[in-house]
Amino acid sequence: MKFFGPLIAFMMLAAPLRAEIDIVEVQSPGGINAWLVEEQSIPFVALELRFKGGASLDQPGKRGATYLMTALLEEGAGDLDARAYAEEVESLAASFDFDVSDDAVSVSARFLTENQDEALALLRDALIQPRFDQDAIDRVRAQIISGIRSDLQDPDTIVGREFDRMVFGDHPYGSAIEGTEESVSALTQEDLIAAHEGALARDRVYVSAAGDISAEELAALLDDLLAGLPETGTPQAPDIDVTTEAGVTVVPFDVPQSVAIFGHEGIARDDPDFFAAYVLNEILGGGGFEARLMEEVREKRGLTYGVYSYLVPKDHAALYLGRVASANDRIAEAIEVIRDEWTKMAENGVTEEELETAKTYLTGAYPLRFDGNGRIANILVGMQMDDLTPEYVTTRNAQIEAITLDDIKRVAARILKPDALRFVVVGQPEGLES
Amino acid sequence: MRRLIALASTCLLAAVPLRAQTIEDQVTTFQLENGMDVVVIEDHRAPAVVHMVWYRAGSADEQPGVSGVAHFLEHLLFKGTEKLAPGEFSEIVKANGGTDNAFTSYDYTAYFQRVAADRLGLMMEMEADRMKNVQLDREDILTERDVIIEERNQRVENDPGSLFREQRMAAQYLNHPYGTPIIGWRHEMVNLDLDDALAYYKQFYSPNNAVLVVAGDVMPDEVLALAQEHYGPIPRNDALPERARPSEPPQMAERRISFEDPRVAQPYVMRTYLAPERDPGDQRKAAALTLLAEVLGGSQTSVMPQKLQFEERRSVYASAFYSGLSLDDTTFGVVNVPAEGVTLEEAEADMDRIIAEFIETGVDAEQLERIKFQLRAAQVYELDSSDSLARRYGAALTSGLTIEDVHAWPEIVQSITPEEIIAAAEDVFDRDKAVTGFLRTAPEVTQ
Repeated sequence: MKFFGPLIAFMMLAAPLRAEIDIVEVQSPGGINAWLVEEQSIPFVALELRFKGGASLDQPGKRGATYLMTALLEEGAGDLDARAYAEEVESLAASFDFDVSDDAVSVSARFLTENQDEALALLRDALIQPRFDQDAIDRVRAQIISGIRSDLQDPDTIVGREFDRMVFGDHPYGSAIEGTEESVSALTQEDLIAAHEGALARDRVYVSAAGDISAEELAALLDDLLAGLPETGTPQAPDIDVTTEAGVTVVPFDVPQSVAIFGHEGIARDDPDFFAAYVLNEILGGGGFEARLMEEVREKRGLTYGVYSYLVPKDHAALYLGRVASANDRIAEAIEVIRDEWTKMAENGVTEEELETAKTYLTGAYPLRFDGNGRIANILVGMQMDDLTPEYVTTRNAQIEAITLDDIKRVAARILKPDALRFVVVGQPEGLES
Repeated sequence: MRRLIALASTCLLAAVPLRAQTIEDQVTTFQLENGMDVVVIEDHRAPAVVHMVWYRAGSADEQPGVSGVAHFLEHLLFKGTEKLAPGEFSEIVKANGGTDNAFTSYDYTAYFQRVAADRLGLMMEMEADRMKNVQLDREDILTERDVIIEERNQRVENDPGSLFREQRMAAQYLNHPYGTPIIGWRHEMVNLDLDDALAYYKQFYSPNNAVLVVAGDVMPDEVLALAQEHYGPIPRNDALPERARPSEPPQMAERRISFEDPRVAQPYVMRTYLAPERDPGDQRKAAALTLLAEVLGGSQTSVMPQKLQFEERRSVYASAFYSGLSLDDTTFGVVNVPAEGVTLEEAEADMDRIIAEFIETGVDAEQLERIKFQLRAAQVYELDSSDSLARRYGAALTSGLTIEDVHAWPEIVQSITPEEIIAAAEDVFDRDKAVTGFLRTAPEVTQ
C-alpha cells in the first residue's frame, strides 16, 4: 500500500460496527413464534415465512409435486379464481412471492400499512385454501414443462444437475426440484393437495417481519394467518452422506465455453468449526477479486470471468462446491490451477495477513446487510432456521474475530479434500476426459 | 386500530392517497465548480452508504471499430493508478468491510462501493484518483482482455437467447450504435488495446462528465464537503464533446429475422418497435408507453396473458416490455411463447390479433387504476433500498434527464389518460420500424 497506507491502518483499528437492530421475539396467543424488527419510517411491512422441508418432501414417483403446488398457491384461493385473486392482490399493491428450494417453501410478502388487514386475508387464503383448479394446474404445468425442456439445454443447469445426481442419487437432492416432464405430467389434483398438506404445516413454520408493525399487531395476526394449517406435515427426508472421488466427469455439450462445478463433502451449519470454515472459504474462493481462486484463475491468467467456491450446508447433507467457466481450450488449465490451490490451502492454511483481511471484511460487512425491511426479515427467518438466537447479531462478529491461524490450518486440513475433489464439466473441453 | 380507514379496496384506490412521504424529501443535489453533479439520498436506517460515480459515457459513445472498449476500460480501472497497485483498489474497499464493482451500459459507465458510512471519504479519495490517474501496462492488460472475452462467452456465446438478442438489436438500429452490443462484437474485442482504452478514457472521464451519487447514512453538507475536497481539485475537461451519436434515418421497411440453434428448447417470437424515450421536460409519451406495456403485459391480469394464456390457452407466456430510460430512441417489445402445437407463425398472428383488438376496445378503467395504484405504492416500497434509488438517479442523470424530470415522472404517469395510451399504441405499432424475430430449434448437425 502506498499513498493510502496511513488512512487504511487507522480504519482497520476502528472498532467493528455492530448491527444496530433490535429484534423482538413475539408469540401469538395460539403459540406461533415470530421475530420482529419494528421500523416505522416507511409505511409497509415485509413478512417472511419458511416451511422447512420443501421439495425434498416429494414422495416417490411424485417428483415436482411440491414445486407445482407452490407455484399454484397464487393461482386461485378461497372464493377467488386465479384471475380474481391476482386482481385483488394488485388492487392492494401487495406482493406475495412463493418459492421452493430443496429444504424449504418460502413465502415473501410485502404489503402497505394502510391495507394490511385485507392483504393478510388474501395471503391467508393462498396458504390455507388454495383451490388447485384443474385449469390452473394445466396452465402452470405447461409453463413448468417448458422450463424443464429449456433447462435440459442450458449448460449452467445441466452441470448442477449432473453433480447432484452423482452425489445424491435417489435421494430427493439428487434430482431437479421441478421434476421431469414425465413426473410432472402425471401429477393430479390429489397429489397437489397432499403436497400442500405435507409441506405447509405448523410444526415446521418460521416467521419474521420487519417494518411498520408493532409486536402486538404481529402477534394478533399470526393466528389468523396460520392457525388453519395442519399441526404436522410429512416427515422430513433422511440425511445422506456425501462421497466423491477425485477426477473429472465430462458431459459433452455443444457450447464454446465449458462450465464446471467442483466440490466434495462440506461442513454442517451447526458444526463448531463452521465459522473457521466460513472464513477459510472467504479467502479461498469467496466473493471478491482478492480470493485466491479469483486471483490465480482470473487476475493472473485471464482464464475466466468468474470462479467461486461456497459452503452449502443443507438440512440433510453438506457440500463444499465451486464454479468456473472457461473456453473449451482453456478449461483444463483452469481446473489444474483450482486443484493446485485446493491442495495448497489444505496443506498450508492461510497467511496471517489473509486472515486479518478476511476478518476485517467479514466483520465490517456484516452490519451493512441489515439495510432494508425486506433484507432484515429475510435474515431473521434464516437465523431461526439455523437455530440461532436473536443475540447472534451482536455476538457473530466476536466469533469471527476469535478465529486463529491455527483454527484455519486445522479446519483447512479437515474440510479441504483434494483426494475427493470432483469436477463435472459440461461443454467440449479440450484435454479432459471422464 | 389501523391509521387508515379500511374501505373497500376499489374506493381506496381513487380516494385515499398513500401516506405522504416521497423520495424528494430525502434528495439533495449540488454541482461542484468543475461541473461534477452530486446527488445525495439520505437513508439513516443503517450505518451504511453506497458511493457511486457515473460517467455520461457508455458503449454507444465508442468510436466505430472498437466495440466493447467502454466495458474493457471499466475492467481496467481496477488495474491501478500512480498511487495504487493493480487490484489494490478493491483490496482496500474490502479491508474496510466494503464491496465494490462497476457496470457498463449503452449510455453510462458506473463504479460503486458499499461501505460503512464513515469510510465515505476514503472511497471518494480513491475514486477521484482513478478518474484521471489510471496507469496501465500494455502487456498486462491483455490478460484482462481474455477475461472480457470469457465474459462474452459466458453471457452471450453460450446462450442462444443472447445471440438472438444481439442479432435483433443489430437489425433494429440502421445507424445508431445501440445496434452494437455493449460487451462488443467478438472480432473487435480480440483486437482492443491500450491505446483504444486510453483514448476513450481521456475523452470521457472528467468531473464535468460525471455524476456522483451518495446514498445512505450521510448528511448532505458532509457529502458536499468531502466531494469538494476529493473531486473538487480535478480540472474540468473543456474539450468534452457534445453527446451526439449517429441517429436513425427514417425506418421504412419491416425487418424479419429467424435465428436457429439446436440449443433452443422453447421457441418464441419477439417483436420490437423503435420507440421514443423519456426526454427532459418531455416525458408524456414515454409515460403513456410505460402504461401501455403494463396494460398489455405487465402482469398475469394484463391483456396479452389474459387472452393468450388464460382464455385461449395458446401461449405459455405472453408479455410486453418498455423502458423509457435511454438517451436516444429505445424500443417497445412484445413477446409470445407459444403453447405446444402452436407454430411461431400462428403465435405471431395471435399476438397481432390481440393487440389490434385491444386498440379497438380501449383500456379497461379498473385495470388502469390498479396499475396506477401499484405505481404509487412502488414509490413507498422503493424507499426501502437506497442502493436501487442511487441507481435510479444515476441512470436517469446519465440518460439525458434532470432531477426535475425524475421527480416529475410519477405524477406524469398518474396523469396519463386511457386515450393517450391508445394513441401511443397507434403510434408505436408501426411495422416499418419493427424487427420481428423467431427463435427456433435447429436440428443437430451430426458429423
